[in-house]
Amino acid sequence: MSLAQLKAGFIPLVDSAPFIVAKELGYAEEEGLDLQLAKAPSWSTLRDWVAMGQIDAAHMLSPVPVAAALGLGGIAARLNALSVLSVNGNVIGVSTALAARMRDAGYRFDFADPKAAGPALMAAVDGRLRIGVPFPFSMHAELLYYWLGAIGVQTPQGLDVRTIPPPLMAEAMARGEIDAFCVGEPWGSIAVETGVGALLLPGNAIWARAPEKVLAVRESWAEEQPGLARSLVRAMWQAGRWLGQPDNLATASEILSRTEYLDISAEVLERALSGRMVISPEGDLRICEGFIAFHAGAAGFPWRSQAAWIAERLAARMGLDRSAAREAAQVFRADIYRQALAPLHVDLPGASEKLEGAITVPTEVASASGTLILAPDPFFDGQIFDPSA
Amino acid sequence: MVAMQKPLSIVVVEQDRDRALLIVDSLRDSGAHDIFVVSEETALARRIKERNPDIVLVDMASPSRDMLEELTMASGATERPVAMFVDQSDDGLTKAAIEAGVSAYVVDGLRPERIKPIMDAAITRFHMFQRMRTELEATKKALEERKVIDRAKGILMKARKIDEDEAYALMRKTAMAQGRKMADVAEAIVTAAGLLS
Repeated sequence: MSLAQLKAGFIPLVDSAPFIVAKELGYAEEEGLDLQLAKAPSWSTLRDWVAMGQIDAAHMLSPVPVAAALGLGGIAARLNALSVLSVNGNVIGVSTALAARMRDAGYRFDFADPKAAGPALMAAVDGRLRIGVPFPFSMHAELLYYWLGAIGVQTPQGLDVRTIPPPLMAEAMARGEIDAFCVGEPWGSIAVETGVGALLLPGNAIWARAPEKVLAVRESWAEEQPGLARSLVRAMWQAGRWLGQPDNLATASEILSRTEYLDISAEVLERALSGRMVISPEGDLRICEGFIAFHAGAAGFPWRSQAAWIAERLAARMGLDRSAAREAAQVFRADIYRQALAPLHVDLPGASEKLEGAITVPTEVASASGTLILAPDPFFDGQIFDPSA
Repeated sequence: MVAMQKPLSIVVVEQDRDRALLIVDSLRDSGAHDIFVVSEETALARRIKERNPDIVLVDMASPSRDMLEELTMASGATERPVAMFVDQSDDGLTKAAIEAGVSAYVVDGLRPERIKPIMDAAITRFHMFQRMRTELEATKKALEERKVIDRAKGILMKARKIDEDEAYALMRKTAMAQGRKMADVAEAIVTAAGLLS
């Protein structure tokens, strides 16, 4: 059987794993795809590659397709998220100088409680906090604004937010350009490894179930190539299921560490995959349940309510109309996801929206076979987002 | 008679001084513009905002490009609407730019006939850079491979008491028999010798 060539781009991050595993372990090939991967130098370049047809699919920040639908960012092409590739996986870190001041003030780095970490952080900062995020349209930025906004910081005005690509985050901290960052792994751990920073919180402490990266394609491509789109969703789902098995973490780390992918030691990569995080240059270890998820609890399902949350946050910050936000939420294509996984008889949720933040314990929900369990998804402050409100 | 147009203000983001000069030269050939080069990565967005240009040109391979995305956020009603990705009405031009590896942020509303000559000049120049980059990488790799092969040859000559030609022939034969590249075989010899000595 001849394979259909499919070009995809990624940014060197632990959560690019579904693309890499789909290729290296043959899940793409089983779906009839010859998956060719290109490493992108920046998020804007990756977005423009996929928007202008240089590539067919991309490992993309979940807010980017939503922002594009709202007319934000440099390009107008309409992008769709066909599935969620990973849930959570970010870290918030502070410079060693700031960490020392926080420790001196009595803060203990529990790597768990945003309610304690936020005030401790803000109390230790002189003036505006200079904080690096990888991209203006990113879950990193949304989590930061949500967290610091909830404890009374004016966001974004009260912060000095700098855009810094993930691989350059530790360097920017070493040069003294930023006091803190929110970044995807392994780049937070690299700041720890190089002795320039300490980790304060995992992203999932702020929102336990934040859609982090999505499988992004041009909407026109999804319409013109429905067969390829579905094959790609299935290959990613298979890769995610493999990544969700703890036995495979060591192998996954080894594959990701190769030069053509992340080119980072497997030991550092395994920290994020296993949730065993080294949070300081002194070697303090914290175990974080659910640090990153690729599969369990319907992780891949592109909930419209997730897109709606992102859209409403962006629209409110940019002064856009709420009706525009509602429309933009349609770029999370739960419909295509369902069609793609139908042949695999995967148990999927009956609804395409949920109350975000309302699930506090693993909960069985209505599904085709009635055995689907959704993972807890609370926000740290107990808020519930109702997409239809 | 064509009315005199105000010169366009262009910012080129480029760290390498020689490359920056070449880009500036090409742009000058396409008309009289105010051209300003930013080589510093720190506070890139702020520097550009201060300059308030009509067009920003930046290498797509530069990771600092993401910093320019902040400019697209600044397009509120009161602030100057900088930053679209070239002219959206001309897909061909956008595609050509992406293929050449140059991205452009253009003030909304700037007329296509003013953008095109600048983009054409930049695209030609960036194609040239891309070729140079590919050539340089190929040359570097060839040199590295040559060095490893020479070292492996030396190791074989000493260990097997053979001359240079024989050593080379032996490696060639092994590479062919195993379906591997000469450089890979040489690399293995050097590594093994390092471990055994």
